[in-house]
Amino acid sequence: MPDGPAPVLEAVLDVRDLKTVFKTRSGEVHAVNDVSFDVRPGELLGVVGESGSGKSVTMMSLIGLLPSPPADIRGGQVLLDGLDLLQADADTLRRVRGGRIGFIFQDPMTSLNPVFNVGYQIMEPLRTHMGMTKAQARLRAAELLELVGIPDANRRLKDYPHQFSGGMRQRVMIAIALACDPQVLIADEPTTALDVTIQAQILELVKELREKLGMAIIWITHDLGVIAGIADRVMVMYGGQVVEQAPTRELFNNPQHPYTRALLQTIPSVRGERPEKLNVIEGQPPILGAAPTACPFRARCGYRFDRCDTENPSRISAGNGHDAACFYDFDAGGPRNAG
Amino acid sequence: MFTFTIRRLILTVPTLLFISFVIFMIVKLSPSDPTGNLPLTIPSEVREQIREALGVNKPLIVQYGLWLKQFFWLEPRIYLEHAFGWDMGTAGEVRLISYQTRSPVMELIMQRMPQTLMVVGTAYLVGTLIALPIGIISAYKQYSVFDQLGTLVSMIGFSVPPFFSGVLVIVLFSVMIPSDSFFWLPSIYDTTHEVTDWESFKYQFRQMIMPVMVLALQITAQISRFTRASMLDNLNQDYVRTARAKGLKEQTVVLVHVLRNSMIPVVTVIALGIPSIFGGAIITEQVFKVNGLGQLLIIAIQGGDVPTVQTLTFIFAILIVLFNLIADVLYGILDPRIRYD
Repeated sequence: MPDGPAPVLEAVLDVRDLKTVFKTRSGEVHAVNDVSFDVRPGELLGVVGESGSGKSVTMMSLIGLLPSPPADIRGGQVLLDGLDLLQADADTLRRVRGGRIGFIFQDPMTSLNPVFNVGYQIMEPLRTHMGMTKAQARLRAAELLELVGIPDANRRLKDYPHQFSGGMRQRVMIAIALACDPQVLIADEPTTALDVTIQAQILELVKELREKLGMAIIWITHDLGVIAGIADRVMVMYGGQVVEQAPTRELFNNPQHPYTRALLQTIPSVRGERPEKLNVIEGQPPILGAAPTACPFRARCGYRFDRCDTENPSRISAGNGHDAACFYDFDAGGPRNAG
Repeated sequence: MFTFTIRRLILTVPTLLFISFVIFMIVKLSPSDPTGNLPLTIPSEVREQIREALGVNKPLIVQYGLWLKQFFWLEPRIYLEHAFGWDMGTAGEVRLISYQTRSPVMELIMQRMPQTLMVVGTAYLVGTLIALPIGIISAYKQYSVFDQLGTLVSMIGFSVPPFFSGVLVIVLFSVMIPSDSFFWLPSIYDTTHEVTDWESFKYQFRQMIMPVMVLALQITAQISRFTRASMLDNLNQDYVRTARAKGLKEQTVVLVHVLRNSMIPVVTVIALGIPSIFGGAIITEQVFKVNGLGQLLIIAIQGGDVPTVQTLTFIFAILIVLFNLIADVLYGILDPRIRYD
C-alpha cells in the first residue's frame, strides 16, 4: 500500500454538497446526496461502494455527462482550480471535458466508436481542445499510443477498435483521456470488464502514468483489492453519500463505518483457512425516493440504535485525515453522544 | 471485398436464370391469346397464322431459349451498335416484338424510361432528402412536438395509398383552385413537353410537383422512420458518452459519431429501394397519366402482351438482384467490422 503524499498541495478538484436527483415516472430518485470530497494533484483517490451507491453518478454529475432530463443537479459546488463547473456555461464545461478532466469508462468493448479508426478517435480531442493540425495531432496520437504501451503505434493508428483486444482498447481509451494532459483523470471501473492479468497490466500502467504525468486520479471500483494496490486515499460511498473517507492504510487498518467493516469482511482470503462460504452483506442498497432523513445503511447495519432512524449522520473526524458518517464509536465501543 | 463482389456477381447468373425461367413459365401459364384483342372480323385461319408468326406455337422450351437469346445476346448488341456505330451483324435478326404495338419491346421500354426516372427518381431523391433530417431530429428530440408531428406525417404516408392521395391533390390543386391562379397545378403530366427555356422549365417543374409529392410522402414516411429508429439505437451507446466525455461539440457527437453509425442500415435500405423507382410507381403514374414504365406494364398486362410483361418483370428482377448486391457491398464499405473476404 503506497503512502499518500503530504497533504500540502491545494486541491485541484473540490466538490462540496453535490446533490443529483433523477426524475422518473414513479417519482424522484435521490442518487447523490450532499457528497463532498476533494482530490489533490498527483493523488489517487479510490471510490468504492457496491452497485447503485452513486459512485458513477457522482462523477458524471461533475462534468455534466448525465442527460438532463431525467438527471437534475440540485445543488453544490464543483471547483476545478477555483472554476465552479456547476455554474459554468455549456461551452466552458465542454472544454473542461476531455481537456482538463479525462474520463475512462468501464467497458472498453463498447466505449469506442466502431466505425472510426483509433487514430481518428485519439486525434479528435487534440484537434478540438488544443487546436492542433491534422499532422500535429497524428504525431501526438502516436506518442500517446506508445505512452500507453501499444507497440507499433504509427501503424496501429489506422486500425479500428474491433482489431484490438479488450485490454488494448482500454489502453486506447486511456490514451484518449490523457490526450490533452488533463489535471484530473476519472476512471469509472476501468478494469471491471477485463480479465485479471490484463487488469494488473492496466493498474501498473496507470501507476506509472501518474508518476510520469502527475495528474490527480479518481478511481471508481467495487474491488477493494484494486484500491489497496493503487489508491492514496479511499472514499466509501453508500446510498448516494460518502460514509467514510481515509488514507488507504488507515482505512484498511481502522475502519470506522459498519459498511466499510462489512465490505472488508467480504474480501475472500487466499491465506489461512478457507471459510465455509463467502461473507456477504445481507440486503440491498436503498433506492431513495426523497432526501435521506435517517442513516441510509441502518436496514443492513448490526450496530443500529434509535438515533439511526431519526437522524442522518454527518461525517465525524476520527483524526489522521480520517472521517466517517456513523453514530457508533468503534473505539469506545458504544454510541456517540448526541450533538 | 473485390473477390466477394466478383463471387457475388457470378452467383447472380444462376439466380437470374432461375428467375427468368419462373417468370417465363408463369406468364405462359396464363390463358392469354396474343390475337385476343384483334377485331372479330379476322378469320380464325389468319389468327392461326399470326400465332405461327409470333412463334407462340413452338414448344415452350424453344420459346424460352429464344427469349433469352434475344434478351441477353441480340438486344445488347443492337444498343452497342446504336451507341458506337459499330456493325455487329444484327441486321435481319428478329427482335423481341410486342404483341400489341408490333414494335420491339426494348424500344418501348427505352421510350418510357426517361419519364419514369424523371418523376419517380425525383420523388425518391426528394423523399430521401426530406426523410433524413426528419429522422435525425425526431430521434434526437424524441417525444418532442417535432417528433410527434413526424410520427403523424409518417403514419399518414404509410396508411394513405397513392390512389387516394393522388386524387386528393388533384381535387385540391387542379379542380378547386382556378386555373389562372399561381397555385394551380396541371393534373395530367405532359410527356411531350420539352424543356427549352425558363418558361418551359417552370411548366415542367409545375407538372412534376403533384406526382412527386404523392410518391415522396410514402418514401419519406418509410425512410424517416427507419432513420429515427437507427439513430435511437445508437444515441444511447457507450461510444456516444465517450464522445461527449472527450468534450466534442454536441453537433459533432450527433452528426459525426451517431449519424455515421446510424447510416449503415439506412443506406442499405435506400439502395434496396432504388429498383422500386423503376417499377413501383404503377398507380401514381396511372393517376397522373405519366406514360412511364408502370403504365406500360399495366397496358401490357391488360392486352395480354406476353413479351412486354415478361421482359419488364425480368428487368425489375435484375435490378433487384443488382441492388441487393450493391447494398451488401455498401454495408461492407461503411462498416469496418464487416469483412467479406
